[in-house]
Amino acid sequence: MTHAQEHTSHTKLIWKVFAILSVITIAEVALGITKPDALYLTKILGTSPLNIIFLVLTIVKAYYITWFFMHMADEKKSLRRAVVWTSVFLIIFLATLLLIEGSYINDVLGPLTKWNY
Amino acid sequence: MEVTIPTENNGTSWKGGNEKPLGASYGKMMMWFFILSDALTFSGFLGAYGLMRFKFHDSWPIADEVFTHFPFLHGFHAPMYYVALMTFILIFSSVTMVLAVDAGHQMNKKKVTFYMLLTILGGAIFLGSQAWEWKNFINGTYGAVKLNDGKIIQFVDATGEQISLESFVKPLHSERTQLTRNKGVWFMKEAELPPFTLNEVVESFKANPAISIRTELISPETKAKTIIPHSEAMGFLNEAKSVVMGANLRENEYGKTLFANFFFFITGFHGFHVLSGVIINIIIFFNVIIGTYERRGHYEMVEKVGLYWHFVDLVWVFVFTFFYLV
Repeated sequence: MTHAQEHTSHTKLIWKVFAILSVITIAEVALGITKPDALYLTKILGTSPLNIIFLVLTIVKAYYITWFFMHMADEKKSLRRAVVWTSVFLIIFLATLLLIEGSYINDVLGPLTKWNY
Repeated sequence: MEVTIPTENNGTSWKGGNEKPLGASYGKMMMWFFILSDALTFSGFLGAYGLMRFKFHDSWPIADEVFTHFPFLHGFHAPMYYVALMTFILIFSSVTMVLAVDAGHQMNKKKVTFYMLLTILGGAIFLGSQAWEWKNFINGTYGAVKLNDGKIIQFVDATGEQISLESFVKPLHSERTQLTRNKGVWFMKEAELPPFTLNEVVESFKANPAISIRTELISPETKAKTIIPHSEAMGFLNEAKSVVMGANLRENEYGKTLFANFFFFITGFHGFHVLSGVIINIIIFFNVIIGTYERRGHYEMVEKVGLYWHFVDLVWVFVFTFFYLV
């Protein structure tokens, strides 16, 4: 984006992004309240399809906020990669290790927990 | 041999010199790297939450049963509506912030002022909403009984719906009063007593065969808490230690204490970010009014605080997902 363009108003784009974010949030809340059995009680990739949908929608929202509200789309490629790639790599790394460890502890600890009295 | 010597230093080194390899000013670049490190801090917290959640995934509190309040709708079961409203408020304040940045690019002082004001209002409303959410969580809804090993027992009616202690416990007029400083030795006091004693709860439960209890254990098929029939419930209640009302860092009527700990810590840390964001926004708002950026020739400062404000919104999107949806 050139400097001259920055002075033209982006109001239309902003409202469009707001509409997208709103629709996604409404969809999330509707799914979270109704919790359709087909999505909630079935299992895919170690969790329910509903959780996968929530996760994907969250990342889509994060993308729209970062790219269009924080104007990451207008930054130089070098800055964008320095920030986005670093965070994405480290977060995936951390989350993967912690969640694998968490479910391992559950496998070991779960059977030892007493639920009958 | 060539040596690079800064021959020309026209007072701009402090702002990053003349070379801008990332194409952003020093302030904006550093704001991005601060946001990166802050994002990793939040990831650490949410990751720890995820670890504990996977560790106890068969007995974690179900968010829909915890956050069910909505202002002016007493007793109405409204899971998620309130937090959805909070999310909207924060997203909308992000929109007004980006509109302020946009107006700043056009050097439109009036519009920047107006949108900054709306942003500050949105942030303040969000903070108030969060305080209300905390208040409901701390005060609790139903009340529960804690066993000797820390497990939480809740009460349900014949249809399996959770019921409050108030709805079935009959007071036995016990003489136990709260120990305050003016009653015993001057330095001795105790926390506020729950509304009912354990004995009252157990006796009322015995007298009422229609009600039953449920444990924290989640059935993998129905993803609902396990209900124990009335006839077997006494086995649990004989192990009871205390009555729990509401949630704090030591006990939580909704289930795992860790859930309350993480909720207070992560939403509190986020709320502290919102608070500092509001304060910074107020400072910038007044700078806009007195014309600091008009004289400077650009509104980049609005853009920089805007980045921080959007980041706060971004974190909320994740907190919302991991605490309320998943």
